[in-house]
Amino acid sequence: MAETEKTPETKASEKMVVKSSEMDPRFKYEIGKMPGAEKIMLCFQCGTCTADCPIARFNDFYRPRKLIRMTQLGLKERLLSNDVIWLCSTCFTCIDHCPQDVGIANIVRALRNLTVERGRMPLVYKELAANILKTGYAYVIPEMRHKKRGEEGLPALPKANLESVAKLFNVTGFSKTLEKVKT
Amino acid sequence: MSKYLLFLGCVIPYRIASYEISARKVLDKLGVELVDMPEFNCCGFPLDPVYHDMMLTLASRNLCLAEQQNLNIMPLCNGCFGILNHVNKELKEDKKLREKVNGYLKEIGMEFKGTIAVKHLIHVLTEDIGLEKIKDTVKKPLAQLRVAQHTGCHVVRPGKDVGFDDPENPKTLKNLIAVTGAKCLDYMDETECCGAPIIGIDDKISLQLAREKLDHVRAVGAQAMITVCPFCHMMFDLNQPRIERAYNEKFSIPVLHYPQLLGLAMGMSPDELAIKELRVDASQIVSLL
Repeated sequence: MAETEKTPETKASEKMVVKSSEMDPRFKYEIGKMPGAEKIMLCFQCGTCTADCPIARFNDFYRPRKLIRMTQLGLKERLLSNDVIWLCSTCFTCIDHCPQDVGIANIVRALRNLTVERGRMPLVYKELAANILKTGYAYVIPEMRHKKRGEEGLPALPKANLESVAKLFNVTGFSKTLEKVKT
Repeated sequence: MSKYLLFLGCVIPYRIASYEISARKVLDKLGVELVDMPEFNCCGFPLDPVYHDMMLTLASRNLCLAEQQNLNIMPLCNGCFGILNHVNKELKEDKKLREKVNGYLKEIGMEFKGTIAVKHLIHVLTEDIGLEKIKDTVKKPLAQLRVAQHTGCHVVRPGKDVGFDDPENPKTLKNLIAVTGAKCLDYMDETECCGAPIIGIDDKISLQLAREKLDHVRAVGAQAMITVCPFCHMMFDLNQPRIERAYNEKFSIPVLHYPQLLGLAMGMSPDELAIKELRVDASQIVSLL
């Protein structure tokens, strides 16, 4: 029997199939150990988070309820290779509305942090980290802005202690992680 | 005690100086003494998504600087407030976490002790100065003006962390606006996010969120929008022309920082309050006053 070519619809429905071989039963515990994510197992999938999520209204793929279920099921590889996790705007509506007090936005943060540990990180964060290391400020403040402060009657900006900032990048292990991140 | 350590954050000095200028002016008028940070680093908020411990140490280093000055720290930015307040609270309550963070801070000769409080500008105005005292400084009530407020997220959420105001129906900024004599209008989805935190990831979604808010604000006939966060302000003011181009529609809604509104009510001139620095022209509403 000739194999029929897969239509986009069949491909999409195959993606919905969860194979037990891709489930990591320890993943939920790994996430549950991360700060604010301790109540991961209490989610009973009511869907309040997705219903009240402003991002979910403007994007067809970002669904907090689904991310939590996938975490409970241990679909680690799918989660940690999915750019959709970077869409959370951290408005914390989900945290305030969850009837089970599951720190949903914290779990999304845990997923992001783990993704970074594996060497994947959106460009914007690389820039922010580089700016902080170089200047102490998240944005490089142009010389013109510094000069203009005087004309506007504002005091000079406080200087960063760059030596301390660099030490903190090192001692927390963030410097090592940044080296792993592919550009 | 009306003396605070002013925490400017990064966005304000980078591109929203009008917020700092107007905040310093009105706080001076209210008899508040501001001390500038002796040293500064980013609050840590931008790095929380990628490395939680980095955020913790950057935030706690700023808290330690405030402790050394023995002053409560006052951010003008919702993002800075949310992070500094959260970390301050967590380190005060969670001994194990405090030990861990102090382990990091030891490297730079610092230790978190938990002796100060973090207060956003609107908390200082409401709790420490009080609406009555602010009212006394209003020389020119803005009775002709109808505005809409955008409180923003991190100054009220997560409610458990902030413990001030009702995140589902925040009143603090509304009350502060009422004191100026301006009418504060209710509109659809007042508590929704401005979209700023993901503008570097997906600017389309981010601008759609801001567009929808501007649309709701316009629908009720507000002449201006009032914010208390540089990120929210950037979305509605700096990005308003971009939104207008992308969606082929015109809003022309000026977005004032709350201290600018208060300053006008105190009788200060628009120039003193850097109203001209706003991207969306506010001269029409100023001429009404």
